[in-house]
Amino acid sequence: MDQTSSLKLFGSWASSYTHRVQLALKLKAIQFEYIEEDLSNKSASLLQYNPIYKKVPVLVHNDRPIAESVIILQYLDEVWTDSQIMPADPFERAVVRFWCHFADDKLGPAVGAVFATSGEVQKASVDQVHENLGLIERELREGFFKGRKFFGGDSIGLLDIVLGCGSYWLAVFEEVMTGVKLVDADSFPLFHTWLREFESRDEVKETIPAVDKLLDYARAVRQMLLGLNQSNNVDSADTAAADTTNVVAATVVTNNDITWGVKKYWVSPFWVEMEGMGGYYMSVLTIYGHVWVLVC
Amino acid sequence: MGEVELKLLGMWASPFAIRVRIVLNQKGLKYEYFEEDLKNKSELLHKYNPIHKKVPVLIDKDRSVCESLIILQYIDEISQTGPSVLPTDPYERAMTRFWAAYIDDKVFLAMGGILKATTEEEKTDKITEAMSVLELLEETFKKCSKGKYFFGGDTIGFLDVTLGSYLVLLKAAEKVFEFKILDETKFPKLMEWTERFLSTDCVKEVMPKVERVEEFYTKIVKPRWAAASSQ
Repeated sequence: MDQTSSLKLFGSWASSYTHRVQLALKLKAIQFEYIEEDLSNKSASLLQYNPIYKKVPVLVHNDRPIAESVIILQYLDEVWTDSQIMPADPFERAVVRFWCHFADDKLGPAVGAVFATSGEVQKASVDQVHENLGLIERELREGFFKGRKFFGGDSIGLLDIVLGCGSYWLAVFEEVMTGVKLVDADSFPLFHTWLREFESRDEVKETIPAVDKLLDYARAVRQMLLGLNQSNNVDSADTAAADTTNVVAATVVTNNDITWGVKKYWVSPFWVEMEGMGGYYMSVLTIYGHVWVLVC
Repeated sequence: MGEVELKLLGMWASPFAIRVRIVLNQKGLKYEYFEEDLKNKSELLHKYNPIHKKVPVLIDKDRSVCESLIILQYIDEISQTGPSVLPTDPYERAMTRFWAAYIDDKVFLAMGGILKATTEEEKTDKITEAMSVLELLEETFKKCSKGKYFFGGDTIGFLDVTLGSYLVLLKAAEKVFEFKILDETKFPKLMEWTERFLSTDCVKEVMPKVERVEEFYTKIVKPRWAAASSQ
């Protein structure tokens, strides 16, 4: 049955949440129209289709919008029933949902925190990432997914998509931040193997942006973060004492109001503006779909 | 078909546990209930939710399902009795999942924001935020119910229990912390729904009495936060 009468995906090239949906559409061989959103200048359509969160990705099927990537993935599976990405067994479905929530609630924010900080705060975030990866590793080693090539079994399933799209940032961040080890093969052998398998799949290679593009993006933002931290003599992301001659407090926020949250801004990924004395920098990095804004 | 052997680890005032119990009731599913003392967590809780150590936890034979919204979907998928908790249409299911996540994201936070406000100004701001959440939910109710009694239509569904599980806590909080957000003039449909929801049998059997929650807030929660904010 041709359900693709009108299927659009609003996304952003560096958003791992967008990649999840693109990958699922590819795996399920569903045709769609892709619309790249400029997050600093959101289209009227995006604001109309996702008025509450104003985020990507948004799937629009026959003019009806669906937001939130994991919800979109389940919708795709329920409408296009070939090549299922969710398992059939209710208990396994519950396990998959649990780890999807873990990925977005715990792992993603911890990885983002590693990137956005340095010094002691970063070290604490790295430890958090290791702890989270350790839980996934254990699940692969002796838990529900023991012995599997993918979380979905012999083929990629919904949890592979959710964890996999975003895990590429781990290697990118390690490359950009020397000395930070996030996912080495010795500490997380099974996770490492799984990730290599996942990334070697054609559909995945066709979905995830080229690594040099990701590196450039990450380097640019990281440089800025380092520069700001140095000029402030700030070792952490907590608000620093005001320095009237230079950029003031470096406060890192997430769009989920996690920890250091102050305010949320939506700006262009590559836009940096300086305004001299008491000036401000703004930069956005999308990691695991969370938008991180550095405001100084 | 095998016997259903369910256990539920919960806490009497937890909206997350309350909503699971409502659905188990509605579906006529028997289960053994364990009340957790969250300051002294049981071995069962450590064993069956080792990662988060939170309630509710549904234990089905020897396997556990954690996180209330995941448990609700699991119950829907394993039970052969009672009305479906999620709608059957894929688009409506997506909308339901979206709004359930929104409710758990915003309502709890909004309520907490009001309760923890340290100044009158902050409290007013938080109340305004909570009101805008309820405004959206009033609209959502109209769309989902399509003129019927519940978000789920004729019977209590996913969104009814997700939002409804907060109701007695909200009412008690309004009294103890002196504010009002459950306003019949601003949210008429939603307020009608709250009374209807709270008077339904499968809900009444599980929902704590508002006086008990008021006492909990007065004797335990308020002093705890007062102590924390004065440090």
